[in-house]
Amino acid sequence: MNITVAGENSLIIYFSQEVDSEVSTELSIEVSAKVQQAVDIITGSLGGVLVDLVPSYASLLVIYDIFLTDLHSIRPKIRELLADIDRVDKSEGQLIELPVYYSAESGPDLMLLADKAGLSIEEVIDLHRSQEYQVYAIGFAPGFAYLGEVDERIAAPRLATPRQQVPRGAVGIADRQTAVYPSVSPGGWNLIGLCPQRMFDPDTTPTMPVKVGDRVQFKSIGRETFLSLGGEL
Amino acid sequence: MTSAVGSPSKAGFLVKQPGPRTLILDLGRYGYHHLGMTTGGPADPVAFRWANRLCKNDQNATALEAVGGLVLESAVTTQLAVCGANTPLTINGRVRALWRSHRIKPGDVVELGFATEGVCTYLAISGGFEITQVFGSTATVVREGIGGLNGNKLEAGDSLPCGSYESNEDTQCLKLPKGYRPVYGRHAMLRVVPGYQQHDFSRYQQRRFFSNKYKISSRSDRMGCCLEGPEIRPNTDGILSEGICFGAIQVPPDGQPIILMNDRQTIGGYPKLGSVLSLDLGQLAQLKPGDTVYFDPITVDDAHNILHLADSYFKKIEPLVC
Repeated sequence: MNITVAGENSLIIYFSQEVDSEVSTELSIEVSAKVQQAVDIITGSLGGVLVDLVPSYASLLVIYDIFLTDLHSIRPKIRELLADIDRVDKSEGQLIELPVYYSAESGPDLMLLADKAGLSIEEVIDLHRSQEYQVYAIGFAPGFAYLGEVDERIAAPRLATPRQQVPRGAVGIADRQTAVYPSVSPGGWNLIGLCPQRMFDPDTTPTMPVKVGDRVQFKSIGRETFLSLGGEL
Repeated sequence: MTSAVGSPSKAGFLVKQPGPRTLILDLGRYGYHHLGMTTGGPADPVAFRWANRLCKNDQNATALEAVGGLVLESAVTTQLAVCGANTPLTINGRVRALWRSHRIKPGDVVELGFATEGVCTYLAISGGFEITQVFGSTATVVREGIGGLNGNKLEAGDSLPCGSYESNEDTQCLKLPKGYRPVYGRHAMLRVVPGYQQHDFSRYQQRRFFSNKYKISSRSDRMGCCLEGPEIRPNTDGILSEGICFGAIQVPPDGQPIILMNDRQTIGGYPKLGSVLSLDLGQLAQLKPGDTVYFDPITVDDAHNILHLADSYFKKIEPLVC
């Protein structure tokens, strides 16, 4: 663990020495669980002086109120609080199941992705839904959760030209990551289906069905079920 | 999305002309980065705070950030103050001063022209605009479709409800004496707390960054201020995406630094040199494309002291009764 200054009121805690994206899945999951532990510990003990927290793949950005604390108070406190994090029982996070209507109709890139991978559409769907994904980070847009890692065989680079408008609920693949678009936005991921469940809803509690550290598995549903769950085509 | 439009019975201001980008905002949305939500809030918080203070408001009261071209018609009796960029202000066609409050009565037309110095102006009214909070804040973030009136910048015909205001003919107006007002130029010195991946930049690259002038690019917006100048090259291609704080200086592969502003994305994977002092980001927000900045490294302790002193200074200045 390494704690570095990020700005006038921010520290960033790194939980892994690996800095590039070529980290093994197993290590990533272990590190991601530590990040989530740290969020719970820090929120519980330092909540009063925190402004915001940003958990991500292998780091946690801690933004604090400089009128309530300072670097020389908070850094040793964080060190002390997280000293035993390696020995804390790893919580696996919750396993969340998300329904997806996979089809050419709901996933405009499904056929091309299958073609390029030399697989049938059914094989692509099976590979995507059989994997349990880790929620590594939330960002890009409110409610956008980065899930990893998809099977190498269906990994696909981002589109050369991003779409101006990706519909809410679109399930996409970019390299070895997958995600559900929480709202209509521009986007360059390869779209393979639609999820009828809202990923971000300011009017519900919790606002999101997943948080960093949780796990996600997709479940294939048919057109009728998709529509009955409130999905829109 | 939570509806943020006030009930029609609530009197306030009518937007006759919205200008290119007028945003309803308070000091920003905090505590929701873990959901991917940014802070938003005033690009120049000093001017924002003064506009509210001259209206005797709480410093977090909801006001407007305009980049000119705004015309409002009042349906209420209140006071109004405009602070920030040097922008022509008229009330019923008569030229009025910035950095002071003015009495407003029903039917008055308030018009903001375009700035001659600086970019953003803040228009506050006594009691603040009454806008429904979304995630604890009224700040509009257009990219997220959150805050303000249904997540949008102002449009012609919008109605802006006001909080209650008790007044009589004697209610005094306030002004900030000239010597205390910020001066907006064409250059700014931005103090930087080095941090994040600073050691992934060689000493030569760091020195290059801290000893050269950079020009504000026209690609800049409320997410990031893009710079043009000598290329900076880190020893790394990219990093695992991580949390980005206000003012972080990220260096994408083209070597041209970007300073992350109020509407920044919450995570990103470009290496960062450190972060600009928040106090100086207000000065940066008042620069136009083509204007220049240079950077000065300071320690985190210096930053802490400067921010405490600035806060104390702001609190100690007393506006004058007009």
